Amino acid sequence: MGASDAKIEARSFSFYYGKRQALKEVNLSVRENQITALIGPSGCGKSTFLRALNRMNDTIIGARAEGQVLLDGQDVYAAGVDVVDLRKRVGMVFQQPNPFPKTIFENVAFGPRVLGLDRQLSLDEVVEKSLRAAALWDEVKDSLSKSGLALSGGQQQRLCIARALATEPEVLLMDEPCSALDPQSTLRIEDLMAELKERYTIVIVTHNMQQAARVSDWTGFLLLGDLVEYDRTAELFSRPKDKRTVDYITGRFG
Amino acid sequence: MPRISPGLTQKLALAGIWGTGIVAMLILLVIVAYVLVKGVADLDWALLSTAPRGGTSGEGGISTVIASTFYLIGLTMVITVPLGVGAAIYLSEYAPDNRATRLIRYGTEVLAGVPSIVFGLFGFALFVTALHFRFSILSGALTLACLLLPTLIRTSEEALRSVPHTHREAALALGATRWQTVWRVLLPAAMPGIVTGIILSVGRAVGETACLFVTMGGSTALPTSVFSGGRTLSMHLLYLVMDTNAFGKALATGLVLIITIVAINAATNWLSQRFRARMTGGA
Repeated sequence: MGASDAKIEARSFSFYYGKRQALKEVNLSVRENQITALIGPSGCGKSTFLRALNRMNDTIIGARAEGQVLLDGQDVYAAGVDVVDLRKRVGMVFQQPNPFPKTIFENVAFGPRVLGLDRQLSLDEVVEKSLRAAALWDEVKDSLSKSGLALSGGQQQRLCIARALATEPEVLLMDEPCSALDPQSTLRIEDLMAELKERYTIVIVTHNMQQAARVSDWTGFLLLGDLVEYDRTAELFSRPKDKRTVDYITGRFG
Repeated sequence: MPRISPGLTQKLALAGIWGTGIVAMLILLVIVAYVLVKGVADLDWALLSTAPRGGTSGEGGISTVIASTFYLIGLTMVITVPLGVGAAIYLSEYAPDNRATRLIRYGTEVLAGVPSIVFGLFGFALFVTALHFRFSILSGALTLACLLLPTLIRTSEEALRSVPHTHREAALALGATRWQTVWRVLLPAAMPGIVTGIILSVGRAVGETACLFVTMGGSTALPTSVFSGGRTLSMHLLYLVMDTNAFGKALATGLVLIITIVAINAATNWLSQRFRARMTGGA
């Protein structure tokens, strides 16, 4: 694995919740403008790994990281790293669509606003651009002043994607973004991901193996905090090398 | 003993629930109607526009009393709301979950149950005497602040805690600082609960009498500064009932008191909706 095209690189990365070790010396390179999927049974550490990339685990009391996570070669856990700047560069979409109880416009404008953008003209521009990128603009362009909570679940999730894109991140982390959505909405999000990878590097956690196989270029299989296998998606699903991977993707456990 | 059929139990339960609901509403309705019908006879412009003149027949009106009431409530809220909401934000968003925090929380719960006259004695000793604020609206407001803070902190903290955790995560993931998360997301979302707490506090402030007699005195003069003494509607009501035979005027004063509370509730709601609208864009 050449590190030259690695956008994110985890090096012997371990993570602890108090005494419990959730990740064990994970080494993994996320390639630029590719979709990397993380699969594994519940509690395998895939969400912990994802949330470690933008340091969302920092707020948990007793949480502790070891090793490195390099973003463009810079360790995001190094002393003096500005978490706000990190989260601007590494956006996140959550499992449950979680728009703020604000208007559609204000939801998307939230990130730019907290980062200091307040000129209405620029905000208008960013909001339209982000909603277009999230394939939601045509559906909501006439109702930007309606509450984001008035949208359907699938629309809400695309609103959350637009909201994450508004800060112009380089990486987009998606934590089971479709698990609360119906099949139709899921398909739209998956199509959207294929479009987004032209400009963004995407890491997605999913418990849906078909989804991982459909959307991703690379897949990592985690089990009990170990990265068991990491390979091109086609390779991992057709010719898994580890017996545990075989068991998992053939549905023998998990 | 014969078994009562589920259908009958259902009917009995329903009747019971309706019955208690109706009784509770009736009691409330009777009180308000009584004050309204009896009080409206003595409620006129003269009552509202003249100062009390005293005497056993309770001559004069309640103009200065109304002024003192609003003065006191305004000052109390200016002191209480920032402190109470600020403390709630600290407890729910910043305070570590340790023994000290739990002690503070337990303390506020205990304080919320202390009778108001005890706060009155404390206010008399500290504000009136030790700090030389004398019998004044300031002493009264500070005493009320001590009395109301525990409840306001509790209700505001509950309101903040009930905001879904996902909102906090979403804001932080977008690069918001903790304070931006509080100001732009949590406070607007928690506003209805906080406002309920404020309205309850105002209602309690308007209703207090004893703890204000020992901190504000009871002067009927128009207050000119925070160091003036004063008399609120409730205090005047007590005076009219106990020391005069002007029962009609007492009822009219009670009516004004009820109207005042309703007006303050409406104003508070309106203000909070404007804040929400500004923070949420009308959502």
